[in-house]
Amino acid sequence: MALALVRALMGPTIYDRLLAANMFGTKTVLFLSIVAFLYGRPDFLDLALVYALINFIGVIAVLEFIRERVDHDTAEKSAGE
Amino acid sequence: MTMAIDILSWLMLTAGGVFVFIGGVGALRMPNLYTRMHAASLTDTMGAVLVLGGIMLQAGATLATIKLAAILLFLLLTSPTASNALASAAILSGLQPDEGPIKRGAKVE
Amino acid sequence: MIIIFGIFLLTLLVITALAIVRSESLFAAVILTGIFSLLMAANFFLLDAADVALTEAAIGAGISTVLFLGALALTGEHERGGSTNRLLALGVVTVTTLIVIYATFDKPRMGDPEAPVHQHVGAWYLEKTPELIDIPNAVTAVLGSFRGYDTLGEVFVVLTAGIGVLFLLSARNPGRPEEFPAADELDQGLRHYLVPRVVGRMLIPFIFLFGLYVQFHGDYGPGGGFQAGAIVAASVILYALLEGEARAFRALPMRVLKWLVAGGALLYGAVGVTSMLLGSNFLDYSVLASDPIVGQHIGIILIELGVGITVTGVLLCVFHAFAARGKV
Repeated sequence: MALALVRALMGPTIYDRLLAANMFGTKTVLFLSIVAFLYGRPDFLDLALVYALINFIGVIAVLEFIRERVDHDTAEKSAGE
Repeated sequence: MTMAIDILSWLMLTAGGVFVFIGGVGALRMPNLYTRMHAASLTDTMGAVLVLGGIMLQAGATLATIKLAAILLFLLLTSPTASNALASAAILSGLQPDEGPIKRGAKVE
Repeated sequence: MIIIFGIFLLTLLVITALAIVRSESLFAAVILTGIFSLLMAANFFLLDAADVALTEAAIGAGISTVLFLGALALTGEHERGGSTNRLLALGVVTVTTLIVIYATFDKPRMGDPEAPVHQHVGAWYLEKTPELIDIPNAVTAVLGSFRGYDTLGEVFVVLTAGIGVLFLLSARNPGRPEEFPAADELDQGLRHYLVPRVVGRMLIPFIFLFGLYVQFHGDYGPGGGFQAGAIVAASVILYALLEGEARAFRALPMRVLKWLVAGGALLYGAVGVTSMLLGSNFLDYSVLASDPIVGQHIGIILIELGVGITVTGVLLCVFHAFAARGKV
């Protein structure tokens, strides 16, 4: 997990950071599952499930954001020409 | 029999941990976003399968196993999609593969 | 063992916090904030606070990131240089930190049964929950029944926040029509990206179902209205991201959202008033059915539903306010 964090901090482009965030999320899900299980609290698995879902939505949101910005830029450029 | 299951599950957990670690190191050391994505996807697939599989073996046949199977299924479905989405976003922004070390001041910071 | 995990997580937390403050690209800061929330959720989880962890994960790591990204779409991406006096700020922070550290010397150890927080009311709640309310999750019992009035206040706070955001963000275009024009060029969403679209659409009903599960399971395990509201809102946001704003508005128009926002709080208040009309105090659920314990169960389910509906409505309103605004 620490390694993913370092990548998140260092990544030169934002995609690296996003990738790291996604990986971090997955590792956390795994970590939570292990701990939930080791400490005998299987209801806590709901938490891992929620996080897996949310992580996914976050990445999709970034894709939408980028796409929208690129569309906007392209529209501006073609309007300016 | 339970001893064998126990050993197997600990083996799987350890192997899963190793894969997660390798994924992390790869994400750090690879030169390019796209190659890093390859490394990261190791965590999402092999790492997840081994770790969750290991826990499922330990859990036996309870509700927890079904939940774990759901988490695993979910991770296997969404991680590749997320990687795809991320790569699409990167290509869309003009980050070309095969560029070698990324120069600062690429189109998106 | 837990201590080691705890220290590890807290160290990562500090590093992330420093990184957030120091980074100039707001985009990076948003993503790092998502990681921060996730670390906090893991922390809460280690401290055995499952409901709080679930809420933090659902709202802090998920919805907040999406909303921040929406806000970033409307503003610039890089931070303008700060103009504060650095030394003064450093001094204030240092003094405060030292005072707080000094205060922790007097703290009872975590989990100490003699600690004041475990005596008085806390112990009473834990003792009385099986007797008066009889649900396994004591947190929901306290939230929903013993402290129901506080939760009513929370719902109204969420409602007010939603109203505030709508006021602020609608101010620019007062004459904006309710429904979006059905122009297809207006917003495609991610429709051309086949893989995310197919997988995402497949997942939406499951996420929604999971949200409902968390809502109604709140009595028995971690869960409840706030978390469920966030999860259901997340599923609709996923739809809006994938299919574009135009379709999202056709699916759940603004009118319906406004009804959701107000309706949840209304439901909560109605339960309270009903119990008054049935002869007891405001929000005393025991009179809702012939058996007081069943009455408590009914009351808790209804108010959690109210909370969930309002939270869903508000989060969706805020999301649409951000996401749809840049386009007009």
